[in-house]
Amino acid sequence: MSYQPSATLDAETHDAISVDRSKGDFTFPERNKLDAGRGLTDKTVDYICNVKNDPPWLREFRHKALKVFLEKPMPTHWASKDLENINFDEIRYYLSDGEKPKRSWDDVPDDIKRTFDRLGIPQQERAFLAGVEAQYDSEAAYSNVKDELTKQGVIFVNSTEGLHQHEEVFRPWFGKVIPTSDNKFSALNSAVFSGGSFIYIPKGVKLKQPLQAYFRINSENFGQFERTLIIADEGAELMYMEGCTAPKFETATLHSAVVELVALKGAKIQYVTVQNWSSNVFNLVTKRGLAMEDAEVRWIDCNIGSRLTIKYPGVIMKGRRARGEVISIALANTGQHQDTGAKMIHAADETTSNIVSKSISVGKGRATYRGQVHIPKHLKGCKNNTECDALLINTNSRTDTYPAITVKGNRHSTQHEASVSQVSEDMLFYLMQRGLNQGQAMSLAVNGFINDLVREFPMEYSVELKRLIDLEMEGSVG
Amino acid sequence: MNSPVPAPTPSAALPALPAWFTSRQQAAWSRYLAIPTPKRGDEMWRFSNIKQLDFTGFSRSTGVPAVKEDGATSLSPHEKTGILPVIPDRQDACLPLDLIARSSGLEDTAAKLIFINETLVHSQSSLPAGVLCLSLAEALVSHSALVETHFMKQEPRLGSAKFAALHEASVVNGVFVHVPDDVEVAHPIEIHHWLAGSNTLIFPHTLVVTGRHAKVRVVEMFRSADDLQPGLAIAFNDLAAGPGSKLDYVAIQAFNELSRVIQINETAAARDATTTGFVLNTGAAWARNESLSRLEGPGARSDMLSVSIAAHAQEYDQRTFQHHVSPGAFSDLLYKNLLYDFAGTIFSGLISVDEGAHHTDAYQTCRNLLMSDTCEANSMPGLEINADQVKCSHGSTSSQISEEEIFYLRARGIDSAAARQLIARGFSIEVLARLGDEPLESLVIGFMDEKFASIAKASN
Repeated sequence: MSYQPSATLDAETHDAISVDRSKGDFTFPERNKLDAGRGLTDKTVDYICNVKNDPPWLREFRHKALKVFLEKPMPTHWASKDLENINFDEIRYYLSDGEKPKRSWDDVPDDIKRTFDRLGIPQQERAFLAGVEAQYDSEAAYSNVKDELTKQGVIFVNSTEGLHQHEEVFRPWFGKVIPTSDNKFSALNSAVFSGGSFIYIPKGVKLKQPLQAYFRINSENFGQFERTLIIADEGAELMYMEGCTAPKFETATLHSAVVELVALKGAKIQYVTVQNWSSNVFNLVTKRGLAMEDAEVRWIDCNIGSRLTIKYPGVIMKGRRARGEVISIALANTGQHQDTGAKMIHAADETTSNIVSKSISVGKGRATYRGQVHIPKHLKGCKNNTECDALLINTNSRTDTYPAITVKGNRHSTQHEASVSQVSEDMLFYLMQRGLNQGQAMSLAVNGFINDLVREFPMEYSVELKRLIDLEMEGSVG
Repeated sequence: MNSPVPAPTPSAALPALPAWFTSRQQAAWSRYLAIPTPKRGDEMWRFSNIKQLDFTGFSRSTGVPAVKEDGATSLSPHEKTGILPVIPDRQDACLPLDLIARSSGLEDTAAKLIFINETLVHSQSSLPAGVLCLSLAEALVSHSALVETHFMKQEPRLGSAKFAALHEASVVNGVFVHVPDDVEVAHPIEIHHWLAGSNTLIFPHTLVVTGRHAKVRVVEMFRSADDLQPGLAIAFNDLAAGPGSKLDYVAIQAFNELSRVIQINETAAARDATTTGFVLNTGAAWARNESLSRLEGPGARSDMLSVSIAAHAQEYDQRTFQHHVSPGAFSDLLYKNLLYDFAGTIFSGLISVDEGAHHTDAYQTCRNLLMSDTCEANSMPGLEINADQVKCSHGSTSSQISEEEIFYLRARGIDSAAARQLIARGFSIEVLARLGDEPLESLVIGFMDEKFASIAKASN
């Protein structure tokens, strides 16, 4: 539905820009200078290597990954059958941002503009998010931040630049946290990745400001197959934010990112994601962090958009006293399936992990929590806490929970709890009695349900999140 | 997997089985052949030790002869005696007598049936008029239509479809209980199953049907004749609780630690029916329990309970399904596992609320108490909710006894080994209290204490 039949068509003649207002997503014709065409073969991979001027080791890596991708079956024995609707031959695996599509603010559908208004997004960012501008002009706004980063020795570049210019730091960790063969989609990403960030924080550097993907200039910000690698050296600390709360212009229907985090001794990484892809997107993401001694990796994850999201951020706690945490909010509206969760692999003594997941199903939406906690033998003092709560708004909303907890040995403790509930009639009645209409009352109740998690997000995000949830809830009751 | 049994051939010794049954058996046999053997990676067998499914070498028993030439053993109100078989060509010729003597259970029973392998060797009963309690082999002939209405009606969905088909194709005997409308059976019906001989395979089947506002409690005990010969049981219990009735089922699995068992339970609760299912696992090298409760009418209630005490290298693999088909029903599951030595347990539970099954209350709790640093507990509590106005929750914990608790008891003069056992016992007994029947509780505790004693002995 979202594919433009051809990238070579003139924008003027191709005025049917397939705006699909009913679904809240919209597309523009593309004019990409570099385009690997549709479908995935060895040729596609070679094309990407050539364009990106990949070193030989990476070319080999990509080809191997392609083989793994083709060999691996779809995980439909446990995952949604909807995956079978992905037509891998129809997808373009590489679109260069060499030439950015030019279009005017007037082309942006009204409802998207209204959403931006409601979310209170700054004018500059709106144009960028709508795809009107090639990139958000962040130079002015964030130049101070950039200066300071450079002074501290922080490397913050896109992944291509990272592997070319900082190979000595990049290569030892690249593909180590998430091996190519981890799953079918990590293999796909390994074969065709482009875009994403590479970050290195030197020893002891603690960043006060969060880093955001769109600080970076001239980068493929919201790549289809982005690859991010973040390394926090001993004692370093950072918070990274990916995505944004606004609905995003999107033409590609398959997103498959791989994000690897490495927190060395005593380091601390927080990775915040807000995913709001348009509702035709398959979002199949592999995210995993490695926490060494005394290190901490936190995933703060919010999924609002997409047709099907499959994402289980994980932490491998490899050093003593390492800590992993996943905080996740999912909102599934009609036509959406949010299949999210967490994976906690304890691999050292006294490691602790915490998973808090809250999901809201609206209309015919389906929210799924899938989790894995693994505490092997010969370890002691490991702890896990898992909580997942689901809220159902309408009669045909759906929610599932599938945790798997393995504990070996008697020196650990785990607890898992899940509940499913709905906004009670009494609560709504109470609020409406005080003058709220049903929609407002419902919104307030839903915001209350996720309030303790929203507070974990940076301030601007949490404000936007609340507004976004209000928006999503509109028309769901009554 | 090598098939442990040949294709079913109607036994000449038995009177003609009804046509529906033989055709069901044939259909089940082809289903058994068609369904692939579970393999690694199957979601329903996640964490399972698939190697345990190799049943090569097991065969149907031939050692213990039938009670009568025709195999039918009708139950009459008076006690049957003098029908004990004696096997001339076996050295343990007096085994049946011995086993009957060892078949002690509750003091007050409404009926008592004893099976050796698949042969009914003893039965006595004092049941109210109209209540049927007879061997399945006989019921198939005498109450064919009634059995047909209820026999294996639900589709197995917890992974053992293949073995359920094997059971259906191979079953020759078991128990059929039917309690008509408004009849209450005051005391439990007690059934003993003994697995005898080396590499013996049995297919015990228990079908319990209650009519409107009827009440019955069935207690089954599964044991091995001795501790040295491995056996295999593929057991099925089928419980159909009619509207407003109360049906309790208790299974005590205490086979020897060389045996393996697959036990499939299917419970259907009609409107306002109350069912309780309880499983105690103390025996077997490997046990797989699949328990499915289907709540078919408003006001239906199902309590699913289990205690498993796993020691040495025992593996217990339990899968449960709380299926809310109707709105306004209630289900509550409590499974507790105690793990010693190198034992392993798997709990995989799912609460599934169908579309339209609003006002459902469903709860699920699994608790693992880890007693050694080499045991392994896997928990997969799951929820699938397609309805609104539901109250569902699940909880799963794995932990060990804290040093404080031990200290507290030691301060009161109890040594640490005894303290640990005391806590472990208390942990399990919480589940038994839900049965609300003291004689039955003490029977189950008796089996538990036997296991605790063997664990204590091994550790000394």
